[in-house]
Amino acid sequence: MIFPFPGKPKEVKFILGNEACVEAAIAAGCRFFAGYPITPSTEIAEGMAKALPRIGGTFIQMEDEIASLGAVIGASICGLKALTATSGPGFSLKQEHIGYAALTEIPCVIVNVMRGGPSTGLPTLPAQGDVMQARWGTHGDHPAIVLSPSSVKEYYELTIKAFNLSEKFRTPVILLPDEVIAHTREKLEIPENIKIVDRKKPPANVDKKNYRPYAVSRDDEVPVIPNFGEGFRFNITGLIHDDSGFPSNAPEITQSTLMRLHKKIAAGYGEIKGIEVDLPRGAEVAVLSYGASFRSAAQAAKDAQVGLVKLTTLFPFPDKEVKELAQKVKTIIVVEMNLGQLIGEVERAAGGLAKIAGVNIANGLLITPDVIREKIRACQKKT
Amino acid sequence: MPEEDISKYLRLDKLPHIWCPGCGNGIVLHAVLRAIGKLQLDQDKVAVVSGIGCSSRSAGYVDFNTLHTTHGRAIAFATGIKLARPDMTVIVLTGDGDCAAIGGNHLIHAARRNIDLTVVVFNNSIYGMTGGQSSPTTQPDDIAATAPYGNLENAFDLCELARASGASYAARSTTFHATQLPLLVEKGIQNKGFSFLDVITACPVYFGRMNKMPEAVDMLKYQRDNARNIKQWSTMTDEEKGGKFVIGELHNKPAPEYTDLYAALRARLKENK
Ligand SMILES: Cc1ncc(C[n+]2csc(CCOP(=O)(O)OP(=O)(O)O)c2C)c(N)n1
Ligand code: SF4
Repeated sequence: MIFPFPGKPKEVKFILGNEACVEAAIAAGCRFFAGYPITPSTEIAEGMAKALPRIGGTFIQMEDEIASLGAVIGASICGLKALTATSGPGFSLKQEHIGYAALTEIPCVIVNVMRGGPSTGLPTLPAQGDVMQARWGTHGDHPAIVLSPSSVKEYYELTIKAFNLSEKFRTPVILLPDEVIAHTREKLEIPENIKIVDRKKPPANVDKKNYRPYAVSRDDEVPVIPNFGEGFRFNITGLIHDDSGFPSNAPEITQSTLMRLHKKIAAGYGEIKGIEVDLPRGAEVAVLSYGASFRSAAQAAKDAQVGLVKLTTLFPFPDKEVKELAQKVKTIIVVEMNLGQLIGEVERAAGGLAKIAGVNIANGLLITPDVIREKIRACQKKT
Repeated sequence: MPEEDISKYLRLDKLPHIWCPGCGNGIVLHAVLRAIGKLQLDQDKVAVVSGIGCSSRSAGYVDFNTLHTTHGRAIAFATGIKLARPDMTVIVLTGDGDCAAIGGNHLIHAARRNIDLTVVVFNNSIYGMTGGQSSPTTQPDDIAATAPYGNLENAFDLCELARASGASYAARSTTFHATQLPLLVEKGIQNKGFSFLDVITACPVYFGRMNKMPEAVDMLKYQRDNARNIKQWSTMTDEEKGGKFVIGELHNKPAPEYTDLYAALRARLKENK
């Protein structure tokens, strides 16, 4: 388990969500940032620009978001933990390279602070409309790890978790705070003894000349890919490749490569998942939410004394846990600042075992507890 | 002087290559490898980064740290590598479409930063890999699969573009000028800063067939007959320059390099703690 943090806090701060992300990235070992300014994510770029050159790291403002993630992947290939941060339109531009990192298995972290969309939408106002884009935005069958914080403290913790997971599973990890969490100032107790994961390196005595960077012994394994410039002289390509790293379009290699990308994430589910279920005895209704919406959901659930479920890992989606929940309650109410995104996943996982209702508002305002309370009442009447 | 043995830089087990008979890509790649051989670069410390296109498949054939990226974005990936490992030599192999159309923005901004990359454009005035569509270096009236009635657009002068954007070194040569080409690449690699090489090469299969130069030899003749050395070029009138192009070292003006500036920034911050 990566969380919760053990030990006492070493420092207490009153800090903005995006600033917590910067602090956490540096604590996680991030030493490279490339980005392009966009509200409401810009404080992350500004914070990294200030911090990184002081600690031997590198910051660069690139010409656009595609280039930013390209540079991040290039730096990561040389062994640096690397981050980019964006929002809305910028996240659309990130998509091609998210797929590149997924297929080539290069660790990186992408923060997308969700603002109202589509298009330029609502640059300064919150939404949770990028959930399915985070899951499916890049083309092809790819896995996704998507985390979403509901407080500044969680933003800090999930930033560290994002780096740890990306290093361990060699995959891009998407962190999805919304504008509210990014721009909320809250108390943060910076924990001591943070567990940091670094990517595995090939053993020192290995035969470098004949090393196969994508070789695995199990079909759900994470390959041990060397860094550039350390004597291996291998090839990385965004074409489907065999375990030597060179292109192949053999059907069996194609299928097994795609399957392994998914299986390595499935095998790590225990570590990746993030779900908290609080179900009072006899509760017939549960409210499920994430991000800033969760805070209102929590208030409403407490007032109405119904069940409450928080997701901090949106993908891989907690199919099993949601199914169990659906077996216990009559209705699950999904609260999100969009016109219905994660609710589709809840419906799929629940498989008809419970009724699924949604509170879906995408007007640029935080959903308030009273709207959710009303929905709870309405559902209680029906059940 | 004996010719350097470049076979040690090739991944011989990856040959034969995918290129068509008569394609100029092999000549360009050979020149790059000769330059590397001449400079005796440590193979472990060389990264070759490419985009997508026939020319970009070069990366897979050479025995360095090789990265075959996405269409147009090789320079962005290369920027990340250079920033992470300033001690490495980073060479970008790219096509004219890759570098100047979809990747044009990355080209001008990397040049502006004067980051120490050597970008070699395999300029065949066409999109080879996708079957002969027009590119930003297709000349007016040339025929392409997407300009079947003749190209209505103007072509980039890529060296001018790189120079105006801030590159500290820019040169042009052709696959016909096989002696000059490696020397210019060598100087480009040696330049500490953004170096740009526009290499005029042949796609006889698409560009040639559509433009009455169906044989590889026709295209080499075209290069021979229309290239003018920089010295001669400076004495030519605009009329004489029509349909011709200049080759040689076109720009060489050393300037502060980006990773050096960043290292100096780190040092300065350390001092003023
Ligand atoms: C984003 C994206 N758009 C389009 C393509 C299709 N595509 C592949 S190669 C290429 C053009 C290659 O032309 P050029 O860069 O001139 O290289 P050449 O093949 O002539 O060497 C295109 C458009 C792609 N791979 N990715
Ligand atoms: S299509 Fe043209 S550029 Fe591509 S390999 Fe064939 S000749 Fe070369």
